[in-house]
Amino acid sequence: MAGHFEPLPGGGAAIALDEVEISILRSLAVQLLELIGPGPAGDASGDPLAELFAEGPSEPPSDPALRRLFPDAYSDPEKPPADPEEAAEQRARSAEFRRYTEGDLRAGKRENALAVVHALNALTPAGEGGAVLELSAEDSKRWLGTLNDLRLTIGSRLEITHEDDTDALYGLPDDDPRKPMVMAYLWLGGLQETLVSTLMP
Amino acid sequence: MGRVTVAAPIEIEKTESAEDVSAVPEPDVPWVTIVHNDPVNLMSYVTYVFQTYFGYSKEKATKLMLDVHHKGRAVVSSGTREEMERDVQAMHGYGLWATLQQDRK
Repeated sequence: MAGHFEPLPGGGAAIALDEVEISILRSLAVQLLELIGPGPAGDASGDPLAELFAEGPSEPPSDPALRRLFPDAYSDPEKPPADPEEAAEQRARSAEFRRYTEGDLRAGKRENALAVVHALNALTPAGEGGAVLELSAEDSKRWLGTLNDLRLTIGSRLEITHEDDTDALYGLPDDDPRKPMVMAYLWLGGLQETLVSTLMP
Repeated sequence: MGRVTVAAPIEIEKTESAEDVSAVPEPDVPWVTIVHNDPVNLMSYVTYVFQTYFGYSKEKATKLMLDVHHKGRAVVSSGTREEMERDVQAMHGYGLWATLQQDRK
């Protein structure tokens, strides 16, 4: 069971994690929480009612990883409009979409990452074998979301934009500063791949 | 001393506001949700999302995933603009790169 998720008989999934793995996963999930944050409109007030009606941002995030997590809804990346009027219309529609959705999307991703941190905090590693993490089917979906958000974020930091980029990263020398991040990226990919297979309908 | 030249009046360009643009009546053309390829998302995960969110069969979900992978994009749903905004928001929730547009062929 080490290194990958296995399905549990009654639904859900389990994985054995050692102390180092638990601490890396927790640290990554916490960093993701910090990156996503409440968003530009969310920290204006502490009034929950005001927050309920608060509009999200109109502008895309400046951080490339956040821009990948919250992309423009109306701009086709392959076919940018030649007509400036059409381009302006797309920008206006993307901005409106962002105002009404980004807050909820950020909240959803935060809830997933928090569920991951809580599950890891509840583990008590015993001896050299580490601890066995058991997830319900519902928890598995939250984990899947966070593993994907983490891979998208790390992929953005590693500037993976083409399939070839990934191949090049596999062959990095050990002293390359990107190496630890690449190792984490590949490890998370294995976790996500095996967790998906436990959920496949 | 030369003559004093009078600067020509600056023409103020009329810029159309976003409201004016969207006020143009739209023809009754359906909208589509497009998922774009990216090198990070796992093929199995993309298939899982299409099955889970849209309720597509494994065959249909796999075919759409392969279209995204090989052709760079696939239309995954169609309907009204509101419905497609809902689908795009859901895809962004899953971490897939999705956009919507009117299905002008």
